[in-house]
Amino acid sequence: MNDVTIEINNLTKQFKNALAVKNISFKINKGKIIGLLGPNGSGKTTTIGMMLGLIKPTSGTVVINHKNIENNRTSLLEKMNFISPYIELPKKLTIEENLKVYGRLYGVKNLKEKISSLMEKLNLTEFRSRKTGELSSGQKNRVSLAKALINDPEILLLDEPTASLDPDVGDYVRSFIEDFASNKGSTILLASHNMNEVERLCHEVMMMKNGEIIDRGTCGDLIKKHGRKNLEEVFLKIARE
Amino acid sequence: MKFHRMYALSLRHIYLIKGSLPRILDLIYWPTIQIVLWGFISKFFTLHTDLYNHTVGVILSSAILYDFLFRSSISFNMLFLEEIWSRNFTNLFVAPLKVSEIITALTATALLRTLIGIVPAILLATPFFGVSIFTLGPSLILLFLSLYLFGITLGLLVTSGLLRYGPAFENIAWSSLFLLAPLGCVYYPLSILPDWLQVIAKILPLVYIFEEVRSILLDNTVNYSNILTALKLNLIYFASAVFIFYLSFYGARKKGTLINIGE
Repeated sequence: MNDVTIEINNLTKQFKNALAVKNISFKINKGKIIGLLGPNGSGKTTTIGMMLGLIKPTSGTVVINHKNIENNRTSLLEKMNFISPYIELPKKLTIEENLKVYGRLYGVKNLKEKISSLMEKLNLTEFRSRKTGELSSGQKNRVSLAKALINDPEILLLDEPTASLDPDVGDYVRSFIEDFASNKGSTILLASHNMNEVERLCHEVMMMKNGEIIDRGTCGDLIKKHGRKNLEEVFLKIARE
Repeated sequence: MKFHRMYALSLRHIYLIKGSLPRILDLIYWPTIQIVLWGFISKFFTLHTDLYNHTVGVILSSAILYDFLFRSSISFNMLFLEEIWSRNFTNLFVAPLKVSEIITALTATALLRTLIGIVPAILLATPFFGVSIFTLGPSLILLFLSLYLFGITLGLLVTSGLLRYGPAFENIAWSSLFLLAPLGCVYYPLSILPDWLQVIAKILPLVYIFEEVRSILLDNTVNYSNILTALKLNLIYFASAVFIFYLSFYGARKKGTLINIGE
């Protein structure tokens, strides 16, 4: 379980008027869940965007499974997936249609069985023929999760996966991610503002501020190092410094 | 290129069309209205002056062909805009899709969308106005091909703008063909235009296509050099549009718009 799955080397992104990410480097080992924390505008989404090949780095490299994403975008994306509350699935398509489309896009074998199994696990079976736009936000979130897991990704990038969910659904989603990671051995990068979620799910946490990674460690180590009671206080200390 | 990925992208739009009767009616409605309107206008001209003898067929055939071009371009744009409006855009670009697969899938799906709209209009033209576009003979296939290529070329250029500049470019999607229509000489010969405009018009494949339509219907002669010129120009423009689309994709990656284009 010590293979390096993700290797970020001196990654920098300069937009027209802003330096969004400043020369960051980190490695994530296979099967680890790593939290990416930082205040708004700290460079988390840009970093994730570069890891997905959506944003071209100004300099530096994103190496996934020993391959540079710039030259192997399609083959690497087959083994990755992404979820974010800021993107949605087509509202006019039913849950089943959406999952069929994405299952085919990712070249999933035995798609019918895969869709049935995901729907059952995520309590979506009774809504399978309902249009995605007609669902509650909790149900939509579960459909997005089903889409993100349709290809059994080796690497899963989660951008605030439980944002705007009530505590019950949020807890359900966290448990599901926890089970998925332990069963499949996937590597997960989790960007979140929910500190309880990060403490519960992540093996380690990276703190970002002003485009830089300013700290990294287990939740316990960071709390101890910064002399605070919990991760939220660590976050507030770093954000306000 | 992988077929299953292109099929998936087409399937997304087939589900969208299949699941909504108003959407299907909307696709059929505008081409039909266009044909009925032009049919009555040309019938009126024919009945009231000798100058317009035999022109019902010419005007109506041109209207059908122009609408085919218009629909193919708009269809291509719409397929892309649907992804932006539904905020599904980023989901597609984090999927293992190649740019060439996106272009191929959208080109094929746009044809389906165009045919849903235009076929009923073509069928209505015969019983209502006694005009059949099939009188253009076998060259009709080449004319359709040429128009489709030009429609897709315009679609590619507009979507390149959407990729590069975001939804703000949307208005151009609707107006692009209206800008070219006067120069395309769809309903009148090239000689009507002032000399300086003729020079510009001649770089558009539309001029050769519609000159040929008039030549076939009025003089019963097929001038393959017009058809070939149109095809050659279309191939050059299409290749250039594909190149520009690639450039825009890389420009969008550089600018970071792929991750938040729907916002």
